[in-house]
Amino acid sequence: MMMLGLGSVGLVLLSLAVQSGHGAQDSAVWSREETTERNYYTRYHNMSEITAWMEQMKRENPDVVSSMVYGQTYERRNITLLKIGLSSTVRKKAIWMDCGIHAREWIAPAFCQYFVREILRTYKTDTKVNEMMKNLDFYITPVLNVDGYIYSWHNESTRLWRKSRSPGTGGCTCYGTDLNRNFYANWGMVGVSTDCCSETYCGTKALSESEAWAVTDMLGKMREDILAFLTIHSYSQLILVPYGHPNISAPNYDELMEVGLGAAMAIKAVHGMDYTVGTSPDILYPFLGSSQDFARLIGIPLSFTFELRDKGEHGFELPEDQIQPTCEEAYAGAQHIITYTHDKAFYSYAATVTATLWTTLLAAWVSSAILL
Amino acid sequence: MGWTLLILLVVLTVVHGNPTVMVRTGSGPTVGFDQHPNSVPLGEDIQTTTEGESEVVEEVMTTGVLNPSHYPARRAATVVQHYLNTRYGSPYRWIFLSTVHSGSAEDVAEMGRKYQLELTMQEMISNVSGQCSAELFFPGGEGQSAPQVQASCEGLHQSNTTAQEEAFYQQHRASNNLVSGNNIPDSYGHMEPSMKPFWQLGGVASSFIMLRESNESTLYNMAQVANFTQLETEKDQLRFNYHVLLHEMISQEIIHWKLLVTWSPEQGVQVLQTELQPKCHHCEAPPNTTN
Repeated sequence: MMMLGLGSVGLVLLSLAVQSGHGAQDSAVWSREETTERNYYTRYHNMSEITAWMEQMKRENPDVVSSMVYGQTYERRNITLLKIGLSSTVRKKAIWMDCGIHAREWIAPAFCQYFVREILRTYKTDTKVNEMMKNLDFYITPVLNVDGYIYSWHNESTRLWRKSRSPGTGGCTCYGTDLNRNFYANWGMVGVSTDCCSETYCGTKALSESEAWAVTDMLGKMREDILAFLTIHSYSQLILVPYGHPNISAPNYDELMEVGLGAAMAIKAVHGMDYTVGTSPDILYPFLGSSQDFARLIGIPLSFTFELRDKGEHGFELPEDQIQPTCEEAYAGAQHIITYTHDKAFYSYAATVTATLWTTLLAAWVSSAILL
Repeated sequence: MGWTLLILLVVLTVVHGNPTVMVRTGSGPTVGFDQHPNSVPLGEDIQTTTEGESEVVEEVMTTGVLNPSHYPARRAATVVQHYLNTRYGSPYRWIFLSTVHSGSAEDVAEMGRKYQLELTMQEMISNVSGQCSAELFFPGGEGQSAPQVQASCEGLHQSNTTAQEEAFYQQHRASNNLVSGNNIPDSYGHMEPSMKPFWQLGGVASSFIMLRESNESTLYNMAQVANFTQLETEKDQLRFNYHVLLHEMISQEIIHWKLLVTWSPEQGVQVLQTELQPKCHHCEAPPNTTN
């Protein structure tokens, strides 16, 4: 009887403990330290968390994920990308994506993380993603402006930092160059400031910033292989196509607009959000020296800038409860562009090969029919 | 039979030799940076068109019918948004531009430029939308002069905020528990629910400055309420000191303003004083080298 009593008391206590454990989880004040998969991608992460996450992605997916340090920031930190794709014996075509060129646009690195997680989560079961992972390598830089991003996490007063962290020169005591005005793409002509205290300071010369140089170097080396270039920013809900100069049109402007508008439609289908598509002189403001323009100038045919949510209500300080829906819609938009890029490269080739084979077969059949 | 074969083979050769799609080997038309047919010629002596604390290069102003998704219509529409908030905004009514339907612009003989717009505006708390017709006038010439706006909207005032406003007013008018707050929203975009009406009030108050400072080369949004402090209620008006951060999109600058703000349900939002805060240049040094 005593044992039964003790046993049942023990059982009751145990079930109470288990229940309160669940209850505590449900009702606990949501903790920033929580690292469960379920809510990792619904929070912003600082640079050391993102670095640890990159290691985790490599560890968990060793046959498809590797990393590459391709440059150094002003403060001598590594600029790292993840290379994601099914391994191949032949040289592969590539898709480039970078996030966080402007430090305060925190939703952008969050999207790069989400994008990586999504393709890794789906490539084994989704035939289209699998095909793209087979034919392409994704080169994804979660945070390009590492120094600026770290600075924007320092405290509330540094949250809205935009530029790199290189010091001013020539007696100017302010810091930083706008990395997206520093590329060798008609540098310094329009939409920039020559005052080093300005948020759009273009630098002492093109590629004065090691971060811009790192991207330039990689794109230059991979130029023949990169099919599409995507650079992620916030805010305004826009898809920008080259060029930033009001009087210069990209040679494939029509194609860029068509693909961009398709991406905007894909975005709208997810949560109803409107993204406007156009060149920046048309829909935002003219400016030169951008990474997008540089990519297009060296021959990468599909070059897009995404400006993610919102339209000014929160601006750069987008609430964490909007990370998931923003990433979902941006993913749909990016996938539209990547699918178009992939199919244009691989289905066109396949179509030509197939057509050639069929005509050859037909000719052979006809001539053999005649001869017999 | 032989002729048929010949024709067939000719047709096949023509088809075979001209695939309808190109095999992509990757690159577009260019090899070097400066060889792209569309690039502006790069020379050793690039003249920058800006000097010192510079403005954007003179934009050629569009006249006539405006493309609703292009920036001239959108910048003008945002000015209308700021105007509507100065007229109708409150801690529980904050209006944002939803859609530009159509617009036109014209020069007004050496005096400035006039815009006409058809817009949809949305009130953010109630989600009520309204159709608006607006006319703006941007004065030209030297010196900064605020744009003049006229707008009439249908449907926006349908959001019934009276009960909430009255409750908020009663809750805070007694001076024994003055409220204050800072960093709204915080770095993660969060704010305490009790701070939300103060954030909205800050946004409406900022609209007074944003309206006044706007021209055809600016696009303003409030980035954050850095801090606010409630002062003693005076003449039945709730009173606050606000420090707000405005984001100007074209220059990408963050501009600090201090405001003295009053509000009551009857009088609406008023901004009694504004003070531009200078940008702190010495604040930019790396954290471990300051102090």
